Amino acid sequence: MSVKRLLIGVLAAAVIAGPMLLAVSAQPKEIFIPLLVYRTGPFAPSGVPIANGFVDYFMLLNERDGGINGVKIAWEECETQYATDKGVECYEKLKGKGGGAALVNPYSTGITYQLIPKAAVDKVPVFSMGYGMTASADGRWFPWVFNFPTTYWSQASAVIRYIGQKEGGLDKLKGKKIAHIFHNSPYGKEANPTLEDLARKYEFELTLLAVDSPGQEQKSTWLQVRRLNPNWIFLSGWGVMNQVAIKEAISINYPMDHFIGNWWSSSDADVIPAGDGAKGYIGATFHAPGAGFKVHQELFRHVYDKGKGAGEKARVGEVLYNRGIVNAMFSAEAIRTAMSKFGNKPLTGEQVRWGFENLNLTEQRLDQLGMKGFTHAVKVTCEDHEGAGPVMFEQWDGKKWNVVSDWIPTMKDVVRPKLEAAAIEEGKKLGYTVRDCAKEK
Amino acid sequence: MIYREAGQFKNTYASDQAIFPIVQDRVIVIGLLAAAFGVPLVATEYWLQAVLIPFLVYSLAALGLNLLTGYAGQVSLGTGGFMAVGAYSAFKLATAFPALPILVVFPLAGLAAALVGLLFGIPSLRIKGFYLAVATLASQFFLVWLFNKVAWFTNYASSGTITAPPRTVLGIMVTGPEATAGVRYVVMLALVMVFALIAKNLVRGRVGRCWMAIRDRDIAAEIIGIRPLRTKLLAFSVSSFYCGVAGAALVFLYYGSAETLAFDINLSFLVLFMVIIGGLGSILGSFLGAAFIVLVPIFLTNAPEALGLGMPVALQKHLELMVFGGLIVFFLIVEPHGLARLWQISKEKLRLWPFPH
Repeated sequence: MSVKRLLIGVLAAAVIAGPMLLAVSAQPKEIFIPLLVYRTGPFAPSGVPIANGFVDYFMLLNERDGGINGVKIAWEECETQYATDKGVECYEKLKGKGGGAALVNPYSTGITYQLIPKAAVDKVPVFSMGYGMTASADGRWFPWVFNFPTTYWSQASAVIRYIGQKEGGLDKLKGKKIAHIFHNSPYGKEANPTLEDLARKYEFELTLLAVDSPGQEQKSTWLQVRRLNPNWIFLSGWGVMNQVAIKEAISINYPMDHFIGNWWSSSDADVIPAGDGAKGYIGATFHAPGAGFKVHQELFRHVYDKGKGAGEKARVGEVLYNRGIVNAMFSAEAIRTAMSKFGNKPLTGEQVRWGFENLNLTEQRLDQLGMKGFTHAVKVTCEDHEGAGPVMFEQWDGKKWNVVSDWIPTMKDVVRPKLEAAAIEEGKKLGYTVRDCAKEK
Repeated sequence: MIYREAGQFKNTYASDQAIFPIVQDRVIVIGLLAAAFGVPLVATEYWLQAVLIPFLVYSLAALGLNLLTGYAGQVSLGTGGFMAVGAYSAFKLATAFPALPILVVFPLAGLAAALVGLLFGIPSLRIKGFYLAVATLASQFFLVWLFNKVAWFTNYASSGTITAPPRTVLGIMVTGPEATAGVRYVVMLALVMVFALIAKNLVRGRVGRCWMAIRDRDIAAEIIGIRPLRTKLLAFSVSSFYCGVAGAALVFLYYGSAETLAFDINLSFLVLFMVIIGGLGSILGSFLGAAFIVLVPIFLTNAPEALGLGMPVALQKHLELMVFGGLIVFFLIVEPHGLARLWQISKEKLRLWPFPH
């Protein structure tokens, strides 16, 4: 009984004292970047490679160059399990650490929506690379949020353009049946308005099929697909939903080369469980797959050969691992840009925001970074936080992903007006006012 | 407790029926409340935003479910759905009538949830126990599906996300991005205080006694003149009212914006666990349960780091889940009636201490 009582007592004391133990250690000599990761839970298959790519690239910068312009990068991971409330807790915990977070990568559209209102108040820029709220690409309304190199809406337009190419021209889309199977969450729904607009414009028949989170159960959805027999399927899934969707598609003998996943639905973890049947599955991406780039050689030399790699060496070059690298690179280059104005020292979120807004990542610079051909040049401006970069398509051959298209341009003429209208609506919801970019210079 | 009530005589019915009949208890509770209102002066934003506000929101939800499950004996897994009704109706009300004071929006959202709860409570007249739990699951899935499907509820937002609009009380920002965590905490605390007081009085009065009679043996209750129809439906609607207010607070005072995913089945289970661990049929238990479920994982996540044990986050998370699961089992073995009962026992022991014989 006494042990029991002791345990209860200790526990009670611990619960009360617990959060107080959160020591805030100030390390003003380094740039602090909080990392919201999910290495456990149903989304871990997608979360682990991203987190590893992220950490490895920062480690590379620290090991090879001594940080960014000589200022070391410090980071701390916080496990969110892709859950919104955990993500907010992580953000609150980490935002003040190490002299203040330079930026935050929420890595979940749900968490991004939570952090967007906080960004302007806490003065921490939110970098939601290719996810989050599409409307936030209008920098006049959302100065603190960045979602380059491209958004879900732009991606959807590029997918339609790619399908048009395959069909022999966008005019051939008329009468074709395209199904969008999406994760029933803000993330999955993002592409719908654009697809609807394009369906009207090119007169194809669009069917929207929602799959409830987490997406293990899709039998009814695929029954509908079988009845509909669409010419093309576009998938916006995440985590376990992707594997299930691909397996279901195989089980109804749907032609894999007419099945396109968005960039969160086309990684190695999505296709491998389906085995050989997944051969021919197509995915959208904004960076190349594989470990054949100079940056990977550097990673092997400076990080993995020293035993400092975050994951297994064999998994370097997976699609989502590379996405982590790209994301870390964009973050680092934004900080570098900010340093060109504010000096080589740890920067505040406000200064890093300026860096993001004035980021001009040229092909030349990518070459220097060992990423020539890995991703494309990006230029961010005050008005345009998206860049509307082109999208590339890759195909799974049963062993690895191969790039099967050029950079397909997005339909900026269709997307941007809608985006600006949405930005006004979303901005007003938060009580924002529009900023005059002419005065920013 | 350590103190005794010797010399405190109850001369009036009022003093006999007081919630806290002992002067010391009263002083402590009032002192605690005053301290709770003073917390924003000293607490960091992390404390308020990540610990205290969710604790209060979940306490309110647990309180609501406890009225239904703990007092009236109707097991419900529809909490998440009822909270969603509160959240979405608060959002619709606040955006459709911008002039409506936000403090009126919360009870109105609760009323909407109460109506829905009334509707989904009807099956409870015919089915009992686990079968009822399964029937209430229907409300959980149906309501969440409805809010996901019908874009009207989200004002046709393309992402399906509802965002708390900025609103003020007496010129102070209470909701929206500009509202500080301190203000939101105080509003939430006030809401919880008022509703906890109402709940306490409800369960002490005729209504609560009817609920408990139905819980303990419905046939006997019916024989002595308690109408099951009215009593059960009242329990469902009052419980849903509380859950609705908690749901509205979840979005308006805690998250700021939310999607239907925030109200999925996990939330229903979470609140049910709070009630079971805290103590069925106890107002205090609702708070203890919410504290256990909200605070212990946060403590477990931060403990290794505070102790200087650097470990990968994945391992830390797995450890947290294992320890947390172990603790739930431990507490349920030590005291199946929940933390509230544990508290009561220790109070009784302390009363005799240090001379137990």
